[in-house]
Amino acid sequence: MRRSMLFLPGNSPNILINAEYLGADSIILDLEDAVAPTEKDGARILVRNALTSMGYTREKIVRINPVESPYWKEDLNQIIPARPDLIMPTKVSCKEDVEQVSAYMAQVERRNGIEVGSVGLLPLIETGLGLENAYQIASSDPRIVGIFLGGEDLTADLRCQRTKEGNEIFYARSRMVACARAAGIEVYDTPWTDVEDYEGLVKDTELAKSLGFSGKSSISPRHVSFINEIFSPTMEEIQYAKDVFACIERAKAEGKGVVSLRGKMIDAPIVSRARQVLEAARAIYGIGLEEGGKGHE
Amino acid sequence: MNKMVKTIKEAITLSGLKDGMTISFHHHLRNGDMVAVMVLEAIAQLGISDLNVNISSVFDAHMPILQHIRDGVVTGIETDYMGGMVGRAVSEGILEKPVTFRTHGGRASDIIRGASPIDVAFIAAPTADCMGNCTGKEGPSACGSLGYAFADAMYAKKTVVITDHLVDYPLIGGSIGEDYVDYVVCVDKIGEPSGIVSGTTKITKDPVGLVIADYAAKAIDASGLLKDGFSFQTGAGGASLAAAKYLKDIMVRKGIQGSYGLGGITAYMVDMLQAGCFKALYDVQCFDLDAVKSIKTDPRHMEVTASHYAGPGAKSSAVDSLDVVILGATEIDTQFNVNVHTDSNGYIMGGSGGHSDTAAGAKMAMIVAPLSRARLPIVVDQVLCTSTPGATVDVLVTQCGIAVNPLRQDLAERFRQAKLPVVEIHQLKEMAEKLTGVPKKPVHGDRVVANVLYRDGSLLDQIYNIPVFQA
Amino acid sequence: MIRKKAWAGTLESSDIYVEVSPAEPGTGLELTVQSVVYAQFGDQIEAVIRETLRDLHVTDAKVSVSDRGALDCTIRARVETAVRRGEDEV
Repeated sequence: MRRSMLFLPGNSPNILINAEYLGADSIILDLEDAVAPTEKDGARILVRNALTSMGYTREKIVRINPVESPYWKEDLNQIIPARPDLIMPTKVSCKEDVEQVSAYMAQVERRNGIEVGSVGLLPLIETGLGLENAYQIASSDPRIVGIFLGGEDLTADLRCQRTKEGNEIFYARSRMVACARAAGIEVYDTPWTDVEDYEGLVKDTELAKSLGFSGKSSISPRHVSFINEIFSPTMEEIQYAKDVFACIERAKAEGKGVVSLRGKMIDAPIVSRARQVLEAARAIYGIGLEEGGKGHE
Repeated sequence: MNKMVKTIKEAITLSGLKDGMTISFHHHLRNGDMVAVMVLEAIAQLGISDLNVNISSVFDAHMPILQHIRDGVVTGIETDYMGGMVGRAVSEGILEKPVTFRTHGGRASDIIRGASPIDVAFIAAPTADCMGNCTGKEGPSACGSLGYAFADAMYAKKTVVITDHLVDYPLIGGSIGEDYVDYVVCVDKIGEPSGIVSGTTKITKDPVGLVIADYAAKAIDASGLLKDGFSFQTGAGGASLAAAKYLKDIMVRKGIQGSYGLGGITAYMVDMLQAGCFKALYDVQCFDLDAVKSIKTDPRHMEVTASHYAGPGAKSSAVDSLDVVILGATEIDTQFNVNVHTDSNGYIMGGSGGHSDTAAGAKMAMIVAPLSRARLPIVVDQVLCTSTPGATVDVLVTQCGIAVNPLRQDLAERFRQAKLPVVEIHQLKEMAEKLTGVPKKPVHGDRVVANVLYRDGSLLDQIYNIPVFQA
Repeated sequence: MIRKKAWAGTLESSDIYVEVSPAEPGTGLELTVQSVVYAQFGDQIEAVIRETLRDLHVTDAKVSVSDRGALDCTIRARVETAVRRGEDEV
């Protein structure tokens, strides 16, 4: 479950100590934009040590430098042995970019006695070309768990102004969702960058959810709770999901093949959606929520 | 009748100050105060010595007092707060007689009931008239409220007003009245404006501070106390201010109309007043320019004396009606005792101020602090100094969870219902130590350098000297 | 082997600033530790630095640190970064 993903600068010990406690489902330790070129070496060693020592229980993602930079291989050399959950390659524009990173990850994994493919990928798509190739990228490698939209760099590449309304990235958002779903993976939205504008954040996050995004990233810990709330299933959704499974149980008992609920036939996509809702509900609210944790398998 | 005298020296002589007496100062000019140093200098020149100085707070600007201690002019200090620079010298044993620490409320009550008599009070007054009516709201050294100075002016045997902004009699809108004032001195400058109030007090940008503030505001919301008539005080620390800001958002969203905001007042409290979160502010001390401006122009923003604010001997004081106070801590132990007097090495660098007064009065006293600071866990087995007794502290909010005093199971239950992360205080200690390692106890000497009095005047704790090792 | 003077880290809270300089072979380690938590963690900080240097096969060097309450993993990272920078060709 990645409702919220929080970007944190990789070269700041005080932040790394507290990354666990900032409320986000996933933490993205950044070696790219948040780290000055002269500190790339120090940041990757610091992040590596943090990953092995801090005992993070959140999902650990490390954002590495782009393949056209001189840093990305050394980023992987240091970071992969520390077993992050995911690597976020940046400025991914085509499937070759992914293949290059994935192949090198495999080398590093082999060298360190780590099962090849155990570290996943979450490519950051933030160029016009990347957007155009989004489906190819999304379906290019089994490591890929999702694709991630970077709105700031993308608008620069598209030569348009990034606005709070976000009309300029509307197409990008819709395309990202379509390509990700076509490839059967998750898709995550660009952060809201005005730290103090919570109203704007809520609107932007609700829009992302309505378009089909799986979750949203953030650059401020204060945004995390808003994002988590919006991307958590509502009580109505949870109830509906429970009803779906109760209905199936009943139909089974009665020996019926076709089941319908509230006048609508329950088909595979509805069951799969209901399962996701209940899994999320269990992760977020715990087993304690009525019988939210059982009644389905 | 003429109360005007030309120089501070002359006023001192007229006041009859003698060796061994007690003089007093207030700290509303904070780190910009020039009056205490000016007066001590004049006293030294007059050859008076062995004085006891009762000053509501000692700041780094008062460093010259150390020379007067070495010279025997000052032999005793009574205060409510002592900044790190003078504090270090005291911890290293510069004074033979232990410092007496009180609370803001305790100091006022002890002066009023005669337990802590003052021979001559020197009142730094940003504006005064020739008969001694004075105020902090106007003048080049304006500081807003003069709350801590009232008891001094009213109960000292002699009271000297020192101003740099003399206006025609009668001063309009005065605070302290001429009926308590013996002499008035006009000097060039009583304070350095940059040190008196900060331009603006800023909430923290530190993400950890913001998470703590967020939990703090949500805990207040969940406490059952946040409803119409709510009263509130917060410290001026970054996380406390952020909590006030988040609390304001909740109050505005829910349309809650509180009764009063209390304490040292910052722009954030003024903001809450203007947003309709409170009917009034009770201001014992202004922390920034917005607060000074507000107390001068907004009749709902009221000056309050230290006794009215927090005096335990008063028939009632504002802290008695307080719902929630947010406070800081350098350490808190597993019994919820809080240290705000010393740093983790045992050096004096603070004091209770209104900490234990408000904790005692408030229905919920909340400490906000990070799990650890610079590798030192905030939760310890035993605080180096008990500034505020654990029985009066209800809640500790950290980024890793909220610990509730076992005496307040009602609050713990409410927090759990609101899905806030309630943890045992021991768990917080273990979590921190897992990251930091277990710190060694710093060593202290065996000489008492300060007695910490609780607000009722009883001895709460003692602070020991720190041995100085010559390198 | 430390070939040139190099440094890593910052003086921010929870960080540590590490400076390494070359030393004549056989002269051993000359370690200077300054820390805001010396009373509580001084011995531990020194031990962690020595252990990290040993792991990096640094036997002769002048190392001086100014610690702002860094955790062990941060101390290790900053020492390693400084050493690697100092090992680079001049």
